[in-house]
Amino acid sequence: MHDPVIAVAMSGGVDSSVAAGMLHSRGERVIGLTMQLWNQRRLPELQGERATGRCCSLDDVYDARYVAQHLGIPYYVVNFEERFEAQVVKPFIDEYLAGRTPIPCTLCNNFIKFDQFLEMAEGVGAKRMATGHYARIRWNPDNGRWQMLKSVDRAKDQTYFLFGLTQDQLARTLFPLGGMEKAHVRELARELGIPTAEKPDSQEICFVPNGDYATFIDAYFREQGISPDQTAGELVTSDGRVIGEHPGVHRFTVGQRRGLRFAAGEPLYVIATEPSTRRVVVGRNEELLRAAMRVKDLNWISIPAPAGPLRAEVKIRNKHAASAAAIVPTADPARVEVHFDEPQRAVTPGQGAVFYSGELVLGGGWIE
Amino acid sequence: MRRYYFDHNATTPVAPEVFEAVAPAMTDVYGNASSIHHFGQMARAKLDDARRQVAALLGASPEEIVFTSGGTEADNLAILGLAREGHAITTAVEHPAVLGAAAQCASSTIVPADARGVVDPDDVRRALRSDTRIVSVMHANNELGTIQPVEEIARIACEAGVAFHSDGVQAAAKIPVNVNALGASMYSITGHKFYGPKGAGALFVRKGTKIAPLMFGGHHERDRRPGTENVPAAVGLGAAAQWASQHGAEERARLTKLRDALERAILDSIPDSHVNAAGAPRTPNTSNLRFDGIDTEALLIALDLRGFAVSSGAACSSGVSEPSHVLTAIGLTREQARSSLRVSLGRSNDASQVNALVGALAESVAHLRRIAPQPGVPVYA
Repeated sequence: MHDPVIAVAMSGGVDSSVAAGMLHSRGERVIGLTMQLWNQRRLPELQGERATGRCCSLDDVYDARYVAQHLGIPYYVVNFEERFEAQVVKPFIDEYLAGRTPIPCTLCNNFIKFDQFLEMAEGVGAKRMATGHYARIRWNPDNGRWQMLKSVDRAKDQTYFLFGLTQDQLARTLFPLGGMEKAHVRELARELGIPTAEKPDSQEICFVPNGDYATFIDAYFREQGISPDQTAGELVTSDGRVIGEHPGVHRFTVGQRRGLRFAAGEPLYVIATEPSTRRVVVGRNEELLRAAMRVKDLNWISIPAPAGPLRAEVKIRNKHAASAAAIVPTADPARVEVHFDEPQRAVTPGQGAVFYSGELVLGGGWIE
Repeated sequence: MRRYYFDHNATTPVAPEVFEAVAPAMTDVYGNASSIHHFGQMARAKLDDARRQVAALLGASPEEIVFTSGGTEADNLAILGLAREGHAITTAVEHPAVLGAAAQCASSTIVPADARGVVDPDDVRRALRSDTRIVSVMHANNELGTIQPVEEIARIACEAGVAFHSDGVQAAAKIPVNVNALGASMYSITGHKFYGPKGAGALFVRKGTKIAPLMFGGHHERDRRPGTENVPAAVGLGAAAQWASQHGAEERARLTKLRDALERAILDSIPDSHVNAAGAPRTPNTSNLRFDGIDTEALLIALDLRGFAVSSGAACSSGVSEPSHVLTAIGLTREQARSSLRVSLGRSNDASQVNALVGALAESVAHLRRIAPQPGVPVYA
């Protein structure tokens, strides 16, 4: 019996297609699996011509199947909808309702792509999995750990979303694109004759059309029979003055300026959302600066959990330029304090904090 | 890699006898069966032969056979042709072609099935209303193989003056069918479930049963199904029906033995395995198996990668895998439904193939159980 060696998570996009094509042309035994994560027949009010860039559409499955047929590899669609809703969509909504700003991509990586998918891969006889992520994995014999490194194409680097990967997961994962520039990936797609070589990159959160997460949450509420305006409340300034109303706390995220519906002398920004009182607190830009933060549910990747303080560059959101900081362990091994050298704007609870040393991903956790 | 096909309820390969009959109907006989000239008459002769062959399989008269594009169209034509404006009674274990059509009627009642997938005729009786126009109960179930007490249900419908339709797509050629003994007003079949071509089906419509067409534009098929007759498809269906009429009995006996051997071997060699609906009268070729704690989705892929084609139930076009409505209707939990797998045997399968399947199943089930996350241990830490 010939066991397929590597299961590639194929989305129908260029990156995962090239990942599959590279491994295949290298002579690896490859199978393609597409994860069906969200039933696009749901939330019909979100459908229409404007709804572009959505995951799990029949078009994407068609593309992934076409690529697999082109490569001549076995291909299957696997249905993870139930778990995706329970472990990504619901927590995503709950986090917003709890006044935090979630990253569903990291939840999906932790609980779906590198967990349920890996289990499925092993179940069907694949020992390893591969994805089209831009990141690198390397074995470090000195400390006996799998390390994660930023991708060679720094603009495409996705390590910020991968901080939850365990040693066991890294040991069984391949990122064939980590050492390549995106332009080279496109070129290779054309060389391999991959039918989706010219497909535009996907953007935003895959199950949320047009990145409009608030409209998605409203639609989800309506489907569940919950009134979407249940989280409406007052807009208050940081010194406690009520200055207006807002349509729902989940529509606001820390640091946001746009969408504040009132006139004021100087620009106002969201400082915090307070779900218990349904208040959105606004203030001046300077009020968004924080010199320190606490990070929980830590996962250490390239190094074991440090015993003492540690210097690192810390990224607090995907587009953030990592900032120098001291990581200080606390009595709780799953928590650290981060002291920035320079105060950082809009430290947002619910986002990930990822610690880097140069190109090396040390580890990360969730901002409290 | 050798490949084995164990999914004959999804579809069957075209039999050599059928292919031989169809080929000349696509090359030599190309006339329009409605044309008056020689070419038309040749096509008409083929069509009439096929109609007689299909009628013979069902114990019907040739003029009671309406050729359709398949089972889905036959079911829709029966239900919507008769009961669109009225009340339809059907069952929870029907094929979506019947459930979907019944849902288009003015109103409908879905009668439950018991743990073996069998419908209680008294439930049908109780569902009858003054505006009931049709009772539609499948003859044999596609996922379980369960055979329904259609004779008794037909009698109940008849006594109430209501038409009885049966979806016989999974019964025709698998068990003896006689539409008169059965008491059906209408009966659906499709060729590709018994070694005929796809896109070739028929609806038996008893003489005197008035149905409205679903489509308009011609007088073909006695005003019930307009459109130029698909002669090659009808010829294929007819040839498949003829083979089944001639060899059905011996094939049924062979498959029953094979199926029973398969089930015994699985129950003996795989711990915590079950046969769903084992207590019901079943078609000879169908076995719905359940393996506790197993995700069938992974099992199906693992088996396919080893060359064994089986199914988790109805073949699904979109790749979406909701648990089977049939399995949940017979009282299985979603979990149990997701641990179930259908083996449907056919002409190509023999004892050595069945042994190979049992061996592969035992290995794959053991592997999946070995790697399954232990309950209580966090999946992600």
